Amino acid sequence: MRVSVSWLREYVDLPADLPTGDVEQALVDLGIEVESVVDLRESVTGRLVVGEVREIEELTGFKKPIRFCRVDVGDANGTGEPQEIVCGARNFAVGDRVVVILPGGVLPGGFAIGARKTYGHHSAGMICSAKELGLGDDHSGIIVLPPDVAAKPGDDARPVVGLDDVVFELEITPDRGYALSLRGLARELSHAFDVPLRDPALAPAPAGTQTPAYPVEVRDTVGCDRFAARLVRGIDPNAPTPSWMAQRLVTAGIRSISLPVDITNYVMLELGQPMHAFDADRIVGPLVVRRAEAGEKLTTLDGVNRVLTADDMVICDAGLDNALAGEGAGVPISLAAVMGGETSEVVAGTTTVLFEAAHWDPAMVGRTARRHKLFSEAAKRWERGVDPAVALVALERAVRLLTEHGGGTPSAEILDIDHVRPRTPITLPADLPTRRVGVEYPPARVVALLERVGCTVAQGADRLSEDAGAVGVASGAGTALSVTPPTWRPDLTDPADLVEEVVRLDGYDRVPSVLPTAPPGRGLTPRQRRRRAVATALAERGYVEVLAHPFVSPELADLLGLPADDPRRPAVRLANPLSEKEPLLRTTLLGPLLGILKRNLGRGHRDLALYEIGAVFHPRVGAGSPPAMGVDRRPTDAEFAAADAVVPAQPVHVAVVLSGDLDPAGWWGAGRPAGWADAIEAARDVLAAAGIPDERVELRAAEYAPWHPGRCAELRVDDTVVGHAGELHPTVVAALELPRRTCAMELNLDALPPTPVTPAPTVSGFPPALIDVALVVDDSVPAEQVGRALEAGAGELLEDVRLFDVYSGEQLGEGRRSLAYKLTFRAPDRTLTVEEAVAARDAAVAVAAERFGATLRGA
Amino acid sequence: MSYRNDPYDPKQVALLDPAALDEAVADATKAFTAATDPDALTALRSVHLGDRSPVSLARREIGALPPAAKSDAGKRVNEARRAIETAYADRAEVVEREQAERMLVEERVDVTLPYARRPRGARHPLSTLMESISDLFVGMGYEVAEGPEVDLEWVNFDALNIPADHPARGLMDTFHIAPEGSGLVLRTHTSTVQTRTMLSRKPPIYVIVPGRVYRTDEIDATHSPVFHQAEGLVVDKGITMAHLRGTLDHFARAMFGPEAKTRWRPHYFPFTEPSAEFDVWFPEHRDGPQWVEWGGCGMVNPRVLRACGVDPEVYSGFAFGMGIDRTLMVRHGVSDIRHLFEGDVRFSRALGTGA
Repeated sequence: MRVSVSWLREYVDLPADLPTGDVEQALVDLGIEVESVVDLRESVTGRLVVGEVREIEELTGFKKPIRFCRVDVGDANGTGEPQEIVCGARNFAVGDRVVVILPGGVLPGGFAIGARKTYGHHSAGMICSAKELGLGDDHSGIIVLPPDVAAKPGDDARPVVGLDDVVFELEITPDRGYALSLRGLARELSHAFDVPLRDPALAPAPAGTQTPAYPVEVRDTVGCDRFAARLVRGIDPNAPTPSWMAQRLVTAGIRSISLPVDITNYVMLELGQPMHAFDADRIVGPLVVRRAEAGEKLTTLDGVNRVLTADDMVICDAGLDNALAGEGAGVPISLAAVMGGETSEVVAGTTTVLFEAAHWDPAMVGRTARRHKLFSEAAKRWERGVDPAVALVALERAVRLLTEHGGGTPSAEILDIDHVRPRTPITLPADLPTRRVGVEYPPARVVALLERVGCTVAQGADRLSEDAGAVGVASGAGTALSVTPPTWRPDLTDPADLVEEVVRLDGYDRVPSVLPTAPPGRGLTPRQRRRRAVATALAERGYVEVLAHPFVSPELADLLGLPADDPRRPAVRLANPLSEKEPLLRTTLLGPLLGILKRNLGRGHRDLALYEIGAVFHPRVGAGSPPAMGVDRRPTDAEFAAADAVVPAQPVHVAVVLSGDLDPAGWWGAGRPAGWADAIEAARDVLAAAGIPDERVELRAAEYAPWHPGRCAELRVDDTVVGHAGELHPTVVAALELPRRTCAMELNLDALPPTPVTPAPTVSGFPPALIDVALVVDDSVPAEQVGRALEAGAGELLEDVRLFDVYSGEQLGEGRRSLAYKLTFRAPDRTLTVEEAVAARDAAVAVAAERFGATLRGA
Repeated sequence: MSYRNDPYDPKQVALLDPAALDEAVADATKAFTAATDPDALTALRSVHLGDRSPVSLARREIGALPPAAKSDAGKRVNEARRAIETAYADRAEVVEREQAERMLVEERVDVTLPYARRPRGARHPLSTLMESISDLFVGMGYEVAEGPEVDLEWVNFDALNIPADHPARGLMDTFHIAPEGSGLVLRTHTSTVQTRTMLSRKPPIYVIVPGRVYRTDEIDATHSPVFHQAEGLVVDKGITMAHLRGTLDHFARAMFGPEAKTRWRPHYFPFTEPSAEFDVWFPEHRDGPQWVEWGGCGMVNPRVLRACGVDPEVYSGFAFGMGIDRTLMVRHGVSDIRHLFEGDVRFSRALGTGA
């Protein structure tokens, strides 16, 4: 909404010298966002004065006719002599008053005016057109001041042409439709500065007559609870829109079209009542207001042929037959409340105008506007709520403006089909504002503030007298006020809305600062603490955390080589993705994370270790739609559980990706490339940070996309697979154009069991007994299993098993390898004897031998 | 070994002569002083104190002396030996010290050689900021609540007093989940967790909700379809807007320094009434002290309480929400929101260490 201060001043007596900043602050304090302020007074600099044309000398011999003028500018030029100016326009005569900018002035766009020789004459200054002054698009000629303008040569021309104004661009919140009008804004400013308001919507207007101005039948009084109309016959079809009106429309961002249409827009801006102007001669029969039949068609003013639904409201010409909608239903000629139709619109030769001012169901208009993507100025106001009481005032205003500027005769008949239900009062405990806001508002203050916004306040059933606040409601906290909001505030429906009006007008800055006391909390949940521990552990290990967007392409699953039945293939799909290429939500962190890896590589980073912790999304295939739930009560647990069952599973995963060197090369020596084992180590680090004891973690070789089938470990906790780690499949690496041997790990943090309370170890002060054993086993036997066998066999004296060498060679035989372990034995209560340690070792080896046929190397 | 049976040697007897003993001491001292490293000094020890050294040989002579002279000679020999031992010990201390000093000099390295065997990792600055916000509120007795990113439309809109046809729903630029009628959206605000929290627990409720949210904004320097919010919700008996202001002021000081304060502008949110947008005064702003738009807040709309099963006649509450990304950008002078999501390691490394 763009409005000028001068227009606002027609309705509210703002102080004459009010600084622009004060107006801006007042609007902000009232909850109206100021997007920009344009001070037209600063748009033209230098001397811009009224001039009177004294002489015109026609210059010939040039490509176009040129005039050399002598213009009286009073004393503005310092000499009192007429100013000599060469001018290319021809729409003026001797005696006309024009707008002159003298040398030294600068027009909008930085166009500096000087004195120069042109067309053989000295020219000092310029006679200006509206466009040159930034006042509109009219460049057909210079501005000639109308005779009724009181201004004499030499006067500052700015107030005369409207350059003494300030334009505010305002953002109105969705609840306050009334603030999309001059009327509403003026009311707000009258609150802010405590100055008188003249509400143009409260002007007198003639009531509806028995005989309608035009036959109209409203078939759906829910969708349309008021329909008022009046005719004006015999207007001058060529009458132009007065420049002041066009100027205000242009300022508001509305194009000037024709006098009748401009009047409907002007009245909409002034009163907030969207209107429509029909050419009555282009309508055949009576009008019918009804819901559309699904499939009916209408070509709207913007030339779009629209297919309607049964929820749209239409105004129809009942004089036209309509096979689809039935006898008497008529053919739609206007998409009600949103946009008129082509066939009945006011055109160049229109002489009979039917003005319509109706009241529509805001929800219906909102749906229609969204369905047809038609967010017209009218729709914007309907959605936010329009005063149902202002229809007749708007009609009267429109009719007067039209007859004044376009002639014609208004019909004596006025149509008013009124099904508007009176507003029911809201019961407001007088102390509710105090209780909700924490500021002591005496009941009298509450009443006064509510009355200022236009509410009618009564105590119980009785209308309060002028000083009722002092007597009646000041007494007790239990006093209830009966508040009837004004017709222009459909947003005020609940006691809380009234509380907001009180605190808003009294001032948000009066609310004090008090810290509430929360009951004792329980801190972070174990799950939250675990996520932090994991994140910290990886960062400490040298991994850099990133946060990727979760949008992925359908091709990603193929690029990652996921099998057809992989549970990561079904994905949650966006109905309206930002990019058609990436309509899915990730089912694995790896896709987006590898994308970030590539971006870093593209930026010249070579050695990378990245991680992300975030949700992945698995749709509930076949879950269907959630059951409908209302908001008038809490859904039952069963109802909500049924709805919640539709929500995709969104476990939190952690993933790392690695490429290049994990240990960089340097003056200390060669670097060490990141490898499959590092990815697995990252997974183990995560599990350790998550508090999962090593003995509950099991590694197995796995073939699982997108990993290398021979270099992928499956991580299990308590026999549940929680993730995978290793080197990526060479095909995936090639398909995604990643560096060779890129490695990755991904774990489902939500699949991990709760962190157990770990029993403390026995920390013995006695010396350890260290024994190395080298076991020869078949090389298909996983090292981890051999280690577990040693642990199982060694008994309680075993403190640690560490694999320190892996060897395969000819003397071991084909397909055999030697695993060398360092066993640490220790007793809690004594120094072990050699015999005890050897016995324990033999027991350990025996189990390995039994399970895997392990033999002692060299034995 | 017995000295008594040794053959008599006049030369050796001469060793007991005081002058000879003095000379032995002088020789030894001189030799020790000349030694500059511990090995050479150790070698000299056997020469001057070993079995064949003058003082050792002199001791053997004592047995040959008449008993009356024995005591005197013994004393002299012992004195000489002690003198040599002292000289040795003194020298050994010097030589060892000198050698230790020499080693320290020889072993000197360039300690400024760059050493980055293990490049530093980092948290994402948004993560650490979310955690510090959580910690601030946990310190005030709040709990950190969470909810799904894809959620029911009912949770995201209806329960928060945003009916299907309300213009506010249109303003949210929502990602809808296919197919049409799925009833699911990517949550447009962390307020979904307001709904879920009130459905799942009874007042008093004091929760902070940091999390990811989504809007269909094309990516540019100030917009991202994915961003982060922190939402606070308090539902208790007797909660007022004053409590809301107190909480926001405390929050502002924690984020923007002790001079920070908040300013409210009336605004409209369907889920709060009264509602306000709030700005924060940030004295250390990159472009000088100024008010910065920070978030929205208000008293929980009784309609929301009712839809979530909280009796608005008994309880009242406040809620507030602010952009974490925006907070980070303002605090650290980040000019382009894309830096937060591109994942360039330079960004996280620079900002992601330290809380």
